[in-house]
Amino acid sequence: MYRLDAQNVKKTFGPRIVLRDVSLSLGIGDSLAVTGPNGSGKTTLLRILAGLTLPSRGTVDFFHEDRKLGRSEMRRLVSYIGPELALYDSLTAAENLRFFAVLRGITLDRGLIGKIMEMVGLGGREDDFYHAYSSGMKQRLKYAVALLNDPVFLLLDEPTANLDKDGKIVVSGIISRQKERGVLIVATNEKEEYGFAEKRYRLDG
Amino acid sequence: MPKNGTGLTGKSFAVLRKDLLCEFRTRYAVNAIVLFGITTLTVVSFSVGQQSLAPEVYSAIFWIIIFFSAMSGLAHVFIREEETKTAMVLRLTADPTPVYLGKLGYNVLLLALLEAIIAPLFFILTDARLESPALFIVVLILGMIGLAGATTLIAAIISKAGVKGALFAVLSFPILLPLLIGLINATSKAFATGEVYFSAASSELQLLVSYGVIMITASLLLFEYVWEG
Repeated sequence: MYRLDAQNVKKTFGPRIVLRDVSLSLGIGDSLAVTGPNGSGKTTLLRILAGLTLPSRGTVDFFHEDRKLGRSEMRRLVSYIGPELALYDSLTAAENLRFFAVLRGITLDRGLIGKIMEMVGLGGREDDFYHAYSSGMKQRLKYAVALLNDPVFLLLDEPTANLDKDGKIVVSGIISRQKERGVLIVATNEKEEYGFAEKRYRLDG
Repeated sequence: MPKNGTGLTGKSFAVLRKDLLCEFRTRYAVNAIVLFGITTLTVVSFSVGQQSLAPEVYSAIFWIIIFFSAMSGLAHVFIREEETKTAMVLRLTADPTPVYLGKLGYNVLLLALLEAIIAPLFFILTDARLESPALFIVVLILGMIGLAGATTLIAAIISKAGVKGALFAVLSFPILLPLLIGLINATSKAFATGEVYFSAASSELQLLVSYGVIMITASLLLFEYVWEG
């Protein structure tokens, strides 16, 4: 049984305190919506949980049963999607997928790439360059990359940003599956997205 | 998804292959590094002409050209990841060691290309005479490894800073100074006449090998803190 424990997380940028004593504990089947106005620290919190930013104080630990996981193990279990994250412009979608698959220790043949692309609604566009994609298509490809490792912990910052109606349906499906088999954390200030998660954590900045 | 258990080597080669593919399609660093090298060499050849200079002077000029050309391009390997915002997804998916090794391999290949272009042109455009090609090639290879070993870590350090270009040269210079001194001395032995070349340059070669080993080992140990810090 996997678990995420964040204890008294504080983050400051210069004199400004962005996060103050945030504590969370989430296990398999838990889903959390982090809400709050712009600048309240939602993205910062998700980045800290994903291991992309160090907290100024406090700890974030991942456990399997009671064993604390190392950075490398954690990397295999966590996926994060955010608006400030980008894939490689000068690679095609298939090349991007294949590259991140190798880094995740996964074999992807042409057929599997096609299936993944179908899953996120990009079927037949695997040989297009990432820079030629629209912002919504880029967001869908980020989902494809994030799901390569079947993440136990899926962290989504503004999960439906840039997506059209079909894209939002794809994301709803991904979120439903994740809630059944893992941990989901969503950062959003869209009221209609609060329902993606069972629990809510409000940040007031 | 089917797991293949790709090891460190496979992941490092994946990073290297990705960087080469991106470079091949954008010519981001190659253009900067090669054009800088050729321009500097042309200026040097006009000012020195066909004058006969001491081997030490030729050697110094050669490595100054290589050093500054390298400074114009080697940092791109990490700066590009930060500027295009791909560093984040790389941090999320890859362990630090294959990232470092892949980037190191890319910088070694970039320097190999630079040296392969600049070295023959240097002998064509100046009056420098190569007395020991074997020693020269060994020094070029050791220089390539030492330069890439040190600059790859420095590139990772400066990639998050504001004034990247200036900082790269400023940070690199004191770290690369022992290497440059060793390279200039060893290369001057390859240019000099009437010596037993390899044995005459043995202390410099030892320095260059030691420098490369120390830099790459230290970089491997420190890279995780730089990359994830």
